[in-house]
Amino acid sequence: MAVTVEIRRKLDNFLLDISFHSDSRRIGILGASGCGKSMTLKSIAGIALPDEGRIKVEGRTLFDKDQKINLKPQKRNVGYLFQNYALFPTMTVEKNIAAGLKGSKQEKEERVREMARKFRLQGLEKRLPGQLSGGQQQRVALARIMAYEPDVILLDEPFSALDMYLKDQLQRELTEMLADYEGTVIMVSHNRDEVYRFSEELLVIDQGKVAVSGETKEIFRDPVSREAALLTGCKNFSKARRIDEHTVEAEDWGVILTTERKIPEYTKYIGYRAHDFIPVWSGSRAETPDSIVESRPGMLKFDLESSAELPFEKNYYIRAKTTVCWFVQREKAYQLEERGMPDHLAFDEEKLLFLK
Amino acid sequence: MEEITQILKDLDWSPLYISLKTGVVATFISFFLGIFAARKVVKATPGKKAVIDGILTLPMVLPPTVAGFFLLLLFSRRRPLGEFLFDEFGFKVVQTWLGCVIAATVIAFPLMYRNARAAMEQIDMNLVYAGRTLGMSDTKIFWKIIVPTAGPGIASGTILTFARALGEYGATSMLAGNIPGKTGTISQKIAMVIQDGDYLTAGIWVAIVMVIAFLVIFLMNLISGNRMKHIGRW
Repeated sequence: MAVTVEIRRKLDNFLLDISFHSDSRRIGILGASGCGKSMTLKSIAGIALPDEGRIKVEGRTLFDKDQKINLKPQKRNVGYLFQNYALFPTMTVEKNIAAGLKGSKQEKEERVREMARKFRLQGLEKRLPGQLSGGQQQRVALARIMAYEPDVILLDEPFSALDMYLKDQLQRELTEMLADYEGTVIMVSHNRDEVYRFSEELLVIDQGKVAVSGETKEIFRDPVSREAALLTGCKNFSKARRIDEHTVEAEDWGVILTTERKIPEYTKYIGYRAHDFIPVWSGSRAETPDSIVESRPGMLKFDLESSAELPFEKNYYIRAKTTVCWFVQREKAYQLEERGMPDHLAFDEEKLLFLK
Repeated sequence: MEEITQILKDLDWSPLYISLKTGVVATFISFFLGIFAARKVVKATPGKKAVIDGILTLPMVLPPTVAGFFLLLLFSRRRPLGEFLFDEFGFKVVQTWLGCVIAATVIAFPLMYRNARAAMEQIDMNLVYAGRTLGMSDTKIFWKIIVPTAGPGIASGTILTFARALGEYGATSMLAGNIPGKTGTISQKIAMVIQDGDYLTAGIWVAIVMVIAFLVIFLMNLISGNRMKHIGRW
């Protein structure tokens, strides 16, 4: 199980330059729209041609510019799940599944029956794709790919066109169906929840370059780069001035933070997730006499700019040099309203993100 | 009324056979040539595309007599190609039924080609990519995926091609002439009897043409309507 990709290709407004190697069975590629992540997948599948580089899957070289190797997509044994599934509209479900199969008629029929059973498509064999629901279409597309026994399966934004309810259902189904698949699966998405849920290893792409790569949970915990933090859903960023190993000034928030752990030397930005702030009350409303402090250096003064109410949480926007977002879950927001707004927001040192 | 039955009784039906035969054969040839050309053009680079498309569409834009003129230049036995065809294969084009077919094909072909091309260009490229990653050869993808998906466009192209080939007049009269029983098509028959002032016979042929044209279109719509179930109804 190994995938090696090193490709460069000139795109309209930037240079795509991606290289990564992974032994993981579930790889996620996270990036904003138009960052080159789809192009990367297409290059692996052989339906887009990089200018230079090489691609190796399971020890097989699919593409190597220097050695003049460029296998046709037909020979790559790579399954590609398109965002719109790309089912052949004039073929029935069973013909779609059989489309890429080789062998005798009987073998094909046997394989189609097996796939229909596995992907719960029995009774739908004679239907056309247009007569199926979104979930059924996804199952047909997967069955069609699996029937072909690919070494790698590429998922190109499989859920981005779906509404929330269906999305969750299809994500569950997809995970379930890929559970016993032995090969590598690479999923491209701009949705952090999707990749977090799906991938063991993650690659964050920004403007055609790999911003950061590594274990998915580790990247979400410590994204290292500002782009990666942004893509993993971090809302608050401030320019950072590192004063010494344990002190840093967050210039845009006007606070000086002291920490137990060492602050990395590369720190140019500080990131802080909107859910992680700790409200602090002072004066007569304080919880303990200790916290009766008018202005602490390590806290953000609570100066409300605006707020927004969502079904399950409330968003507060706090005035600073750059507006700071504080997201509070619904139950906590009720408590806040009873007690009154806090005077300060404190940072939890553990949750500070030091970024390049 | 009696007059009409009398005319119908004595009517020489050969123009009908000749026109239908010409129409069917010309449509058959145009169908494959048109799809083939469309495939080539869709795959070509933009510059090449413009040039090839221009040449292929020309017969539709030019007056049929101009096309007839060029066909005569090509196939006349006093010309190299015409001479070669006759000497080597015994093919005679000018003043023969073969001339009817060639004239009708050349004039009607662009309709097939243009419709097929427009339909193919509408196809989601992901279908082609999906076919490729599933290991299907490009030829298989073309005949199993592209042509059926472009079905409605190709069907309408075929209908128009047949209609145009059936009614071809200008180029046919120049290349094949109007030899009764041999190259005398319905449209040429109508023109001829009108010149004789025989409006009744002309009217009968006009009615026949209209019935055929309507039947063909009706049938094709029926067939394509059944086969194109995947396309939604407005």
